Amino acid sequence: MLIYLLKRLLTTVPVMLLVGLFVFSLLFVVPGDPAAMIAGDQASIADIARIRASLGLDRPFPVQFWNWLWRLAHGDLGQSIFSDQPVTMLIGQRVGPTLSLMGMTMLVSVGLAVPMGVIAAWKAGSLIDRFLMALAVLGFSLPVFVVGYMLAYVFALNLDWLPVQGYVPMDDGLWPWLSRLILPSASLGCVYVALIARITRATMLEVLTQDYVRTARAKGLGSASILMIHALKNASVPIVTVIGLGIALLIGGTVVTESVFAIPGLGRLTIDAILHRDYPVIQGVVLLCSGTYVLINLLIDLCYNLLDPRIRY
Amino acid sequence: MALLEVENLQTHFRTPEGVNRAVEGVSFHVEEGETLAIVGESGCGKSVTSMSLMRLIPPSAGRIAGSIRFDGRDLLGLPEREMRSIRGNDISMIFQEPLTSLNPVLTIGYQIGETLRLHQGLSAAEARAKAIEMLTLVGISEPARRIACYPHELSGGMRQRVMIAIALACNPRLLIADEPTTALDVTIQAQILDLMRDLKQRVGAAIVLITHDLGVVAEMAERVMVMYAGRKVEEAPVAQLFKTPRHPYTRGLLGAIPRLGSSLTGRQERLAEIPGQVPSLKNRITGCVFAGRCSQADEICRTIAPGLETKAPGHFAACHQALREEAPS
Ligand SMILES: Nc1ncnc2c1ncn2[C@@H]1O[C@H](COP(=O)(O)OP(=O)(O)OP(=O)(O)O)[C@@H](O)[C@H]1O
Ligand SMILES: [Mg+2]
Repeated sequence: MLIYLLKRLLTTVPVMLLVGLFVFSLLFVVPGDPAAMIAGDQASIADIARIRASLGLDRPFPVQFWNWLWRLAHGDLGQSIFSDQPVTMLIGQRVGPTLSLMGMTMLVSVGLAVPMGVIAAWKAGSLIDRFLMALAVLGFSLPVFVVGYMLAYVFALNLDWLPVQGYVPMDDGLWPWLSRLILPSASLGCVYVALIARITRATMLEVLTQDYVRTARAKGLGSASILMIHALKNASVPIVTVIGLGIALLIGGTVVTESVFAIPGLGRLTIDAILHRDYPVIQGVVLLCSGTYVLINLLIDLCYNLLDPRIRY
Repeated sequence: MALLEVENLQTHFRTPEGVNRAVEGVSFHVEEGETLAIVGESGCGKSVTSMSLMRLIPPSAGRIAGSIRFDGRDLLGLPEREMRSIRGNDISMIFQEPLTSLNPVLTIGYQIGETLRLHQGLSAAEARAKAIEMLTLVGISEPARRIACYPHELSGGMRQRVMIAIALACNPRLLIADEPTTALDVTIQAQILDLMRDLKQRVGAAIVLITHDLGVVAEMAERVMVMYAGRKVEEAPVAQLFKTPRHPYTRGLLGAIPRLGSSLTGRQERLAEIPGQVPSLKNRITGCVFAGRCSQADEICRTIAPGLETKAPGHFAACHQALREEAPS
């Protein structure tokens, strides 16, 4: 198991290098001279030359890439062109809200969707099943921002139960932090609840027709242990896959949610960076997302290992 | 009073094409410690009968009617919770497919111990010790190590031994074995049968044995019930059935001419093929269900359904012709 883990970690190295190369090339594949673009419209030729030299853009590509990697390895992602602050610091400031939002969304989604799917499969064809699956279709078809504005309108503006928008770190108190995450997580989570509930229902339905479920019933087990122990564990591999993919997709979803609810997270940082053509920041964010994605993939694979004894490396 | 008394059992499935009368008015009984074999062609309702005994037919799929009395209690009238305390405890079951009947993601130790914790309230450690004991009983070597194995790490024969261990863990009074050896290869079949015969003597449970294998019937059972198209067509003590089968269908199964002795010794002898088609169970059948395939069928057979009649002490058959044949003697 440990050897497998090390092997898997090693295989992520070339993947991350490739991602790095791609991210770095970003600067070169966009049309025009990066230095001129960075300098802006009013810059003089001298300004551009200075920027070019400071970024090392006058050196050959492999040398530049190597230098960039070297700095990266030391935790240096460069300076923001726009605010002149280190990219790592900018990202560090914004990571908290985004992680809170993503974590909360996934927690709530999985916590809701898996029981929903299990119940729907257990009571397949019944009214409850149809009701839950209709909800899932609804969750699928409504865009995040529509749900977001609707929730904010009802629960924040009309009922005044929750704050309309903003973000407060957890250090300022659990409830202030939590209360500002509920509506964004709910609107962002809709799609995931729908997705995970449907997958759970489908895999559970298949598992429930298996011979070993009949054996479990013949043993005198109750519905709860049959569903949760005998069936769900067998259905878990596809469910975990979708949850993992969901986290990856979530990174995109947070951008919209953060702007709807004015959360100062990575999504906002990315949008601002794109608008300002702040390439070092864009590179940093993309690198972070890719890294997260690779890490999640690794975690999913490890989960397979734990959940299904037939999958052994 | 017999351990199990089944009267007029009817199990009907709702299907898109109409009601499938998979079991239509079957009655039988099993005495304490006795082995009753149920034989018949594929699709005649043997598995459905056994599943009905345990009430394992989901209500959404089909309806069970009639009466099933186990130890004097009417199983069909019990609330589900009480039925659960009987399943796996007083009545347990072995299935045909050892490959798929065990849960692939749980250790066999867990799967054996589960019933013990559920029905006998054993602690995890006690259940583990008992599980090791059960594995030893069914002849699995190194039980303490095997307990941590997953089903895919065991061979087919070993998995069926594990199934038997699960079924016997709570000392059931009735064991239902639905073709326990069909999916195994010949040498393993013999081993499993030896094991079952051995355990039958040791545990003393009554057995309902469903099989295609007449050799198995001859070796294991005291009585045989022959099913056709969801009905019981003949029932007799084993020796008597092999010697003088009364129903033309039974004679067909045994291979037309009763070969005395050979059926009793030839362990691998399978049910013979009978020409013709089993009638659809979705329509009401007038007359004898077997009339369409019976060479002796006449007008009476096609119009009046024969009832089960005593042809000899303990020997029943549902056939108009059988009665006439035996009349002179
Ligand atoms: N869940 C179900 N829904 C509808 N029909 C069913 C269902 N289960 C069984 N049947 C029908 O019941 C009939 C009897 O099936 P059963 O499995 O009892 O046969 P069998 O005698 O055990 O055959 P085999 O020797 O092949 O195991 C078949 O016609 C089958 O199609
Ligand atoms: Mg069957």
